[in-house]
Amino acid sequence: MENIIDVQNLVKRYNGVTAVDGLSFAVAPGEFFGLLGPNGAGKTTTIRMLYGFAPITEGRLRVFGMDIARDWRVIKSRIGVCQQDNTLDPDLTVEQNLLIFAGYFGIPVSEARLRAGELLDFFALTHKKDAKVMELSGGMARRLILARALINQPDLLILDEPTTGLDPQSRHQVWEKLRALKQGGLTVLITTHYMEEAAQLCDRLVIVDHGKILVNGTPAELITRHAGGSVIEIEGPDQALRDYIAQNEVACDDLGRKLIVYTTEDSPLNTVIREQFCTARCTFRSSSLEDVFLRLTGRELRE
Amino acid sequence: MMTPSSISWRFLKVWRRNLLTYQKIWKVNFITPLLEPLLYILAFGLGFSGMVEGVNYAGLQLTYTEFIAPALIATAVMWNAFFETTYASFVRMYYQKTFDGMLATPLSLEEIILAEVVWSATKSVAAAVIMTAVLGLLGFIDFPAGVMILPVAFLGGLAMGAIGMFFTGITPTIDMFNLPIFLFITPMFLFSGTFFPVSNLPAWAQPMALAFPLYHMVELVRRFSLGGSQTHPAICIAYLLLFAAIFLWLAMRTMHKRLIN
Repeated sequence: MENIIDVQNLVKRYNGVTAVDGLSFAVAPGEFFGLLGPNGAGKTTTIRMLYGFAPITEGRLRVFGMDIARDWRVIKSRIGVCQQDNTLDPDLTVEQNLLIFAGYFGIPVSEARLRAGELLDFFALTHKKDAKVMELSGGMARRLILARALINQPDLLILDEPTTGLDPQSRHQVWEKLRALKQGGLTVLITTHYMEEAAQLCDRLVIVDHGKILVNGTPAELITRHAGGSVIEIEGPDQALRDYIAQNEVACDDLGRKLIVYTTEDSPLNTVIREQFCTARCTFRSSSLEDVFLRLTGRELRE
Repeated sequence: MMTPSSISWRFLKVWRRNLLTYQKIWKVNFITPLLEPLLYILAFGLGFSGMVEGVNYAGLQLTYTEFIAPALIATAVMWNAFFETTYASFVRMYYQKTFDGMLATPLSLEEIILAEVVWSATKSVAAAVIMTAVLGLLGFIDFPAGVMILPVAFLGGLAMGAIGMFFTGITPTIDMFNLPIFLFITPMFLFSGTFFPVSNLPAWAQPMALAFPLYHMVELVRRFSLGGSQTHPAICIAYLLLFAAIFLWLAMRTMHKRLIN
């Protein structure tokens, strides 16, 4: 089947800055696809190009096999976008936000009422339908934005950091809803910098930095490939350990006061370190997507 | 991406959104146009007109209050449309991110801008309806010709809404609207034949007054409420249409530059 999104050598430059620098990826129907990267990596710019908010500088971008510059109206009528900013209409009530938005898609009023009712129910907002948007909590507002993005029954849902700023309860609730949508076969493109979110939801993901793709794969593949599968964190490492690591060419990150060693679960290295080099405190744990992310994009602050 | 295909009747959905929010505070929206003409008539009719002999305008001998009453409708149209597409549109665009939300739907930016401008004209008509009724009851407007004030209000609203939207497209912060208000709106308010005939201005200043869209609005409103005007209505209508078209196009261009990047 044809890809829902097809991006080849996509470039975006503005004001002399190259925000996206030759990105290529494809999203298949029904796939939950993650676009990960630190702040300023080019995630949001890529998404803005996908729905025509930013014209592309170079490269090829196809959504549903169509060109956004020409078929923007058809493409935009078939996608749902959950923007990073809260773009809910504060002059309208919760339900009106859905109904008015449905109007922008040309959905007839009776049909819009039906869908709004269903979506409010699905996102547990029915009791708030007459409330003003300003009165909603962060989690509720986020759920309403999601509901609004689904009002046109999209074939592709684009989520730009859907759970940023939410408390753990709200975040888990959003994940629950996203999983249910995924089960229904919806194609989703998500950007996030919560690695747990990506690991839980994504079938496949790319990690982007400085506008370029660093890696592409399933969460499990990437963890095995780039962070071994097992991690040992050694606090207050001594010179003996550093020498040992250098001699044996062990994959590790040296943070000064702490050494992070990437290994595998059944590696003899575990025993060696446990018995010989654990002077202060050692933590043995499975490696995570966060380890992959930090290894690939570095640990220095971005902003 | 500004092609003819980016403008369709879908813009009416955005217009409807603004109507819905207007209806929510319709009582507040009605008070200003209701009280404003009464205050002006009171101030100028009672307080000021004793100092003025009367005005000779387009061959008509008018009291000062009769002279300014139609102009009050025209200035209300100007303020309503200009405030709507400057402060109100800027809040929707910048603070509420309403346009960003709309741009994720099949709406084009051109449709959003068109809807904002048409909405500002609609709001002007609403104000003109109330003011025409109030001034009509006070005997300052001839009917049925006075009904024509409403399409004039719509056309004038388009012209003022369009230039307001253009300023929204180029204004960096909301405080900066003081500049077009001080340099453009205030002189226009004072020198468009509103409070004294343009013929009282020195000869060199008269053509400048004729460039103000408010002058043409005032002329048209006077024509339909008093039965006479200095400039032919066809010229006024043509000027306002041209002004609206040019600034609507400029507004779309500047907003495109501002938002789609």
